Amino acid sequence: MMCDFLFSLVCTGEIFELKAELNSDKKEKKKEAVKKVIASMTVGKDVSALFPDVVNCMQTDNLELKKLVYLYLMNYAKSQPDMAIMAVNTFVKDCEDPNPLIRALAVRTMGCIRVDKITEYLCEPLRKCLKDEDPYVRKTAAVCVAKLHDINAQLVEDQGFLDTLKDLISDSNPMVVANAVAALSEIAESHPNSNLLDLNPQTINKLLTALNECTEWGQIFILDCLANYTPRDDRESQSICERVTPRLSHANSAVVLSAVKVLMKFMEMLPKDLDYYGTLLKKLAPPLVTLLSAEPELQYVALRNINLIVQRRPEILKHEMKVFFVKYNDPIYVKLEKLDIMIRLASQANIAQVLAELKEYATEVDVDFVRKAVRAIGRCAIKVEQSAERCVSTLLDLIQTKVNYVVQEAIVVIKDIFRKYPNKYESVIATLCENLDSLDEPEARAAMIWIVGEYAERIDNADELLESFLEGFHDESTQVQLQLLTAIVKLFLKKPTETQELVQQVLSLATQDSDNPDLRDRGYIYWRLLSTDPVAAKEVVLAEKPLISEETDLIEPTLLEELICHIGTLASVYHKPPSAFVEGSRGVQHKRLPGSSAAGVSEAPPAVIPSQGDLLGDLLNLDLTPPTTTGPPPPASSGMQMGAMDLLGGGLDSLVLLCDPQMGTGFGAPPAAMPASFNVPVSGGLDDLFDLGVSLEIPNKMIFVSVQVWLPAMKAKGLEISGTFVRRAGVIQMEMTLTNKAMSVMTDFAIQFNRNSFGLAPAGPLQVLTPLSPNQSIEAALPLSTVGPVMKMEPLNNLQVAVKNNIDVFYFSCQYPISMLFAEDGKMERQVFLATWKDIPNDNESQFQIKDCHLNSDAASNKLQGSNIFTIAKRTVEGQDMLYQSMKLTNGIWVLAELRVQAGNPNYTVSTICLVLEICRIIN
Amino acid sequence: QKLVKAKMISPNCLFCHIIRQRSQRHLIYYHIREIKAANPHNREARTYGIRNFFFVLICRNYKGDVDMAEIDHFLPLLMQHEEEGLLCPVLSHGNVHFMWIKHSNLYLVATTNKNSNASLVYSFLYKLVEVFTEYFKELEEESIQDNFVVVYELLDELMDFGFPQTTDSKILQEYITQQGTKLEVAKSKVPTTVTNAVSWRSEGIKYKKNEVFIDVIESINVLVNANGNVMSSDIVGSIKLKTMLSGMPELRLGLNDRVLFALTGRDKGKTVVMEDVKFHQCVRLSRFESDRTISFIPPDGESELMSYRINTHVKPLIWIESVIEKFSHSRVEIMVKAKGQFKKQSVANNVEVRVPVPSDADSPKFKTSTGTAKYVPEKNMVVWTIKSFPGGKEFLMRAHFGLPSVENNELEGKPPITVKFEIPYFTVSGIQVRYMKIIEKSGYQALPWVRYITQSGGTLIRLQYNMTYCFRNVFYLSKGSDVEM
Repeated sequence: MMCDFLFSLVCTGEIFELKAELNSDKKEKKKEAVKKVIASMTVGKDVSALFPDVVNCMQTDNLELKKLVYLYLMNYAKSQPDMAIMAVNTFVKDCEDPNPLIRALAVRTMGCIRVDKITEYLCEPLRKCLKDEDPYVRKTAAVCVAKLHDINAQLVEDQGFLDTLKDLISDSNPMVVANAVAALSEIAESHPNSNLLDLNPQTINKLLTALNECTEWGQIFILDCLANYTPRDDRESQSICERVTPRLSHANSAVVLSAVKVLMKFMEMLPKDLDYYGTLLKKLAPPLVTLLSAEPELQYVALRNINLIVQRRPEILKHEMKVFFVKYNDPIYVKLEKLDIMIRLASQANIAQVLAELKEYATEVDVDFVRKAVRAIGRCAIKVEQSAERCVSTLLDLIQTKVNYVVQEAIVVIKDIFRKYPNKYESVIATLCENLDSLDEPEARAAMIWIVGEYAERIDNADELLESFLEGFHDESTQVQLQLLTAIVKLFLKKPTETQELVQQVLSLATQDSDNPDLRDRGYIYWRLLSTDPVAAKEVVLAEKPLISEETDLIEPTLLEELICHIGTLASVYHKPPSAFVEGSRGVQHKRLPGSSAAGVSEAPPAVIPSQGDLLGDLLNLDLTPPTTTGPPPPASSGMQMGAMDLLGGGLDSLVLLCDPQMGTGFGAPPAAMPASFNVPVSGGLDDLFDLGVSLEIPNKMIFVSVQVWLPAMKAKGLEISGTFVRRAGVIQMEMTLTNKAMSVMTDFAIQFNRNSFGLAPAGPLQVLTPLSPNQSIEAALPLSTVGPVMKMEPLNNLQVAVKNNIDVFYFSCQYPISMLFAEDGKMERQVFLATWKDIPNDNESQFQIKDCHLNSDAASNKLQGSNIFTIAKRTVEGQDMLYQSMKLTNGIWVLAELRVQAGNPNYTVSTICLVLEICRIIN
Repeated sequence: QKLVKAKMISPNCLFCHIIRQRSQRHLIYYHIREIKAANPHNREARTYGIRNFFFVLICRNYKGDVDMAEIDHFLPLLMQHEEEGLLCPVLSHGNVHFMWIKHSNLYLVATTNKNSNASLVYSFLYKLVEVFTEYFKELEEESIQDNFVVVYELLDELMDFGFPQTTDSKILQEYITQQGTKLEVAKSKVPTTVTNAVSWRSEGIKYKKNEVFIDVIESINVLVNANGNVMSSDIVGSIKLKTMLSGMPELRLGLNDRVLFALTGRDKGKTVVMEDVKFHQCVRLSRFESDRTISFIPPDGESELMSYRINTHVKPLIWIESVIEKFSHSRVEIMVKAKGQFKKQSVANNVEVRVPVPSDADSPKFKTSTGTAKYVPEKNMVVWTIKSFPGGKEFLMRAHFGLPSVENNELEGKPPITVKFEIPYFTVSGIQVRYMKIIEKSGYQALPWVRYITQSGGTLIRLQYNMTYCFRNVFYLSKGSDVEM
């Protein structure tokens, strides 16, 4: 029936005809006419000319007709804003209709009409509908706020709709709550800093209650919203997890994945030794496996997410290898993803099974799948050493099949195997060489050439083989050209007598006949190396190569953390952060996992001083940031301190400049000259210092600074070290958290310090007794003595550390707060103080100011005492309190300070003097 | 304009797309008509066909942040990926992402430009198919065209601004009806069910006779490799209800669940360890989590109450041995032996053994000891059907095909042999429905038809098995086997 008039409308005359019908007196005829209009609209015809006539039909008590007219309005209002106004009256009237269906329909449609003039009239009806007695209307109105916000954000804020929306979170009806949450999340997404979803334990509790009662979709909104919350402590985290776990049994895969997201995120907060932590890990595996029996598209989403989960917490699915075996009728995208996960889960325990499977796959017909399967065999060889031999023989079998792409792929992976296990499987080279002619892909050719060059001394006709490639040198891809150049140079160094001609030929090809700068440069380097110092050339070109790592395509840890926060979304499917593919999301804060370890510190937003009583360290650290004016550029590790430090460091530089006589600036420079950026943070720092004092006076006198990441995982093959310095009852300790972010177990830890300014040295060996398995963290406290060898460092408090494990030796440097070195016996006799003060030349004084510190002098003195800064005397001159303080460093150097506090003025002036000027600077 | 003159269409092939956007906000049913190009390998001809002969069947833009014209990029993208063999459920063009599913010859596509919840989108698309199927019996081009008014209404009700709303088709049918004319203004109130906590069952349902039927269906999946070793096996079961109960009944289902038995301290009888359980929206999940009680207010009519997965090692119930000899350029000889490895008193029904054959095989000849064999050339397989297969028995099938003398040099896949069958009155896992308690405030007596085989002689609980196991490799042996025909 539809089809008939769908296609019967002929352009000329039809509009006219419809117009007449629309204005007909008969209701039925009218309705049929509107249907025809909508039908034309559906198939893409322009029926906007009928706008006034259709709007005339709006005032009807026929719900179906009304819906059709509304549909028409949504489509054309934007193109005819002036006429759309004609509809406003009816909308407003409908919003008061006794039938809730009509009220909801009106408010829903109005929100879809993106015409400014209409939005103005929308506010009043919307306000009423948000408080409607019928939940159906309220839930529709809640969504409408998000719609309106999308059109005119300012209007929504001015009208106070956001607050009403927040109130709806406490609504008695679960569906209303769910929609309000969805709307708020949507709005919050475009205002990342608005704190709209002010999540606190009370609202969380409401959401968790609603979670049990609302529809499956509502559950997803609520779970996604929960995932943005950061629990205060592990106990809260656990209680939320406990209430979310039942969702893992929901039939809707999307509910399950959103629940997994919340659990994966909150699990970070749970101590690993907690029983519940283990229980939770066990609970996660079965639902993830069940997702693999969902529809193929959902399977795909699940697999992409499992790929992330396996990297973050391999222990969850380590026993589930079999479920990832590929089925014959799986769609290709599912097959490829399963293969990826199989490799990640491959271990010594299951490698035989995996290899048997991979061998099956490698004989399938789907080219991409086969290639990936062959590559996977190579990756298994590299990952599980015990299986290497079997993998190599499997690959050889595959090469015998002579299927072109299989052979090429196999050669590429065998190259990697040679890199990992040098001098072990060279016997296969002969077989490989037989297939030289069939290689037509650059990657395979390059791999083969590399093999020939690397083992030139064992291949009798290596020169002939390489020469054969040389003929078409300019037609090869850059990859092959570069490889060929290197291989021939290697060959020359190994067999100089026979190959001189060849090497000259390739060098001239590369340097004279090529337009590629990379190739040319490499050619020249080799040329000069060979002509100036062949021995050096040998050392350089034939140097031992570093081993390749086991896991080649791990996602970088910080990205992985962000992606875990986006489980179930497109980001997790693409394995890219949202900022990479969503327009306008740059600058939106990256989501991070919460964590008891300071894993996230490296990304701390700049210019934020850590809030909780943190810290003296910050203040001191400020000073300690390497001043670029006086020293070499900061060591690589200081990059870890990230933005906050950088910014402050900048301020400090100026300070140092002011105080440094060598720079020709006198002391006591007017504080006002200090850069603004400096003042604020430092005063904040001192506040913290004072706060700290309070907390530290209590029992055993501890001084500590914030935890920092010293050694990021990417620089140390998966080992991450974060830590801090603590002074406990007179003993300085270095407290470290070692986290294994690699896929293999780490053992045999040891630590050593370079010589440093204050002779810090480990007082005992590093106590890491148990092997550190993947994704595990371990805390280690290293007591330090101050009797080690001394060497002045720049900056003074710089400490260079070497950490060794079974994988490698890693170096990092960190800076310890000078306050660690303040001895408990730093209280000077008054007389001595006075004498010393006078003895120290004025030039050794440095001065700075602390702003916005609202403590009186006594409180300040008390707090400082907690940090082993002792007040010797206090006097009051002209309303200014002067505090005289002393501190003693572990190496016996005394530092004296004068703290001037003016009542009513929150700014302090501090002057420090010391015999050693540099210490003076640093203490500031 | 997405519409191309209808007269030009000669519908060899029909596609229909639904596009929805979860950022959401579009739902477009895309209708594409394509003329099959004479040469399917000629890509230009193919694209030409598409560019000229497709249009959107229906669409709904929920938010307006993605241009409706973006959908024009979808099909070329899809074709391109398909040709490269890299089909993927998510495609993107610029900053627009297409998430699509295919239902018979329709594509349902959602578009977004945000970091949308992908699993939600796919779940929703499948839900959409479910709702439309319930409304129109079949979701196809005609049903959408003929009911476009209802489709629009549904699309508005199912999702608002990219947020899925009410998707329970039984409830939707209470206020969005197919016959628009039947809808009286007075009646068109929102059913309270829509926003209730119990959003899947309306109040005031009445039956003369209160009954509930329970079906336990288990399917076992076994993967056997070429050497006859079982590579993996699992059991996926589901419990389906047909509820014909008045009012708002409270139901409680008792199974012989090992965890429950352990919790309550009883240790009698055979129990089953369910690796994972998934429940219908109606089941109180927190209750199950705390004390393993399955309590719920059931939806009216038919529904799947729960599904479960069991990870035990099961032996294939019908064991297959095959010998396939391929004599290049002349013939293929196939011998398949099937053995029932289940109790003698049980019978497998509708057994189907599907054996792959080369795509260029011809002139089939069959010989079977029971049942019938049929060549299905479009699927390149022989289907051997046995209506009734008693336990412990063994049957044999021989097939002979000719091969052309010129060999097909295209590589062929190695499809597995698959076996399908049903065995009634029996669950391989041993799961049992111990009780079904039904409590309604009016206090009526309801009959839970726990149709158990021992109770009513085979008419109550129907238990069936679908079993698939595969031989990845086809054997190439030199001589036939010694099984007697």
